[in-house]
Amino acid sequence: MNAIDEPRIVPTSVSRVDTLTVGTISIDVDEPVPRRYGRGLFLATVAGGLSSLVWGKTVWNGLANAVPSVPLVPSGWRIYTVAATMPRFDSRTWRLEVGGLVGAPLTLDYDSLRALPRTEEVRDFHCVTGWSVPNVHWAGVRLSDLLDRVQPGIGARAVRFTAAEIPYVDYLTLDQAKLSDVLLAYEMDGKPLPREHGAPVRLVMPRMYGYKSVKWVARVDLVPEAEAGYWELRGYDPDAWIS
Amino acid sequence: MSYVVRFTRTERTFHWVNAVFFLHLAVTGLILYLPRLSELVGRRPLLKNLHFWGGISWVCALALVFLLGDSRRLLRTAREIEVLRDDRFDVGQKLNAIVTAAFTILFLVSGLLLWFGERDTAFRFPSTVLLHDGVMYVALTLFVGHLYLAVVHPATRHALRGMTLGTVDEEWARRRHPEWEAPPACGGNSAATNAIRT
Repeated sequence: MNAIDEPRIVPTSVSRVDTLTVGTISIDVDEPVPRRYGRGLFLATVAGGLSSLVWGKTVWNGLANAVPSVPLVPSGWRIYTVAATMPRFDSRTWRLEVGGLVGAPLTLDYDSLRALPRTEEVRDFHCVTGWSVPNVHWAGVRLSDLLDRVQPGIGARAVRFTAAEIPYVDYLTLDQAKLSDVLLAYEMDGKPLPREHGAPVRLVMPRMYGYKSVKWVARVDLVPEAEAGYWELRGYDPDAWIS
Repeated sequence: MSYVVRFTRTERTFHWVNAVFFLHLAVTGLILYLPRLSELVGRRPLLKNLHFWGGISWVCALALVFLLGDSRRLLRTAREIEVLRDDRFDVGQKLNAIVTAAFTILFLVSGLLLWFGERDTAFRFPSTVLLHDGVMYVALTLFVGHLYLAVVHPATRHALRGMTLGTVDEEWARRRHPEWEAPPACGGNSAATNAIRT
């Protein structure tokens, strides 16, 4: 029998590689069809990666809960800024201005800010880009306490927070700003607020995505209406509530 | 000493274009990602642009090398890599190439989603950052291993010559890649090459 005919007489259910086992002679005829496992691996990696856009976070959180002692990401924080350099805090020259449509404008230096009644909040921090940091321990001044001191005027329906990091600015409505868990925080996890987190004081609006929690707050102004802030002007949703 | 051809000019150009853009993206990306570096360097809006447009240029440059260079050769190399057996490349090299190619797509898609997601909520997925970062961690690990094998490890570092000049020592090729039927370099000793074939 001619070896070249061999593949024709084997049953069709037998793959071509199996013809190797029929006899050593068929090896001379044709090499087994090369298996492109590499292509499969390539496609599987791409498909696995793309589908992880859907399942990635669930699995990751599951992993993080399963091995809580090992931090999977360095600190969990990602530092987002919009200016060329982060503002530098100097306790001698730093002032916080609280003004706008108020009965009693206020200028606070760092010590007088720290002298105001202190409050604490332990909350998860959520960024709109998808990362979160659980159980951040904030300490600072309750924003509603500060607003009470300056006596918002009749026309004031929103609060504008201006950062020392120019041109970052954002707004809360007065009702949002008066919620009891909204802070001007000067401490984070037991330490003075680090520079990259907005030293010396940042807004903490824990019910909304992080871009509302303005860092390096330099001015707080009562204004007639909430307008679009820095990121809202660049496409972020003005409705930043964490659902 | 006689040499055999391992990589053509198009293959080498493709590799080095990829390498240059990978480094650019790794450096700008790590500055954006690591808080200490972010604080040190600042200029986040500029770095974001450098990173984003670097990524766009990366895939465009690879596409240009493919279109303007020896496309057939690249396709043949791709088919060679798909078959996981030792020949011109060993299986480890092929796995590295396959995963790197897949990561190019994952980096590109997740990077574009991050960029557009900053502008339109429709493009925002909770796991985009996770994917981009996860791929970065694996890719950097592969890159370090690749550097070690190409530059440091005595048994494999000779291969660097193949990726710079195109040719490798025939003795080395025979030892490391016995299954590879290497074509001789111009002016090389073809009798010795035949020895590899047998």
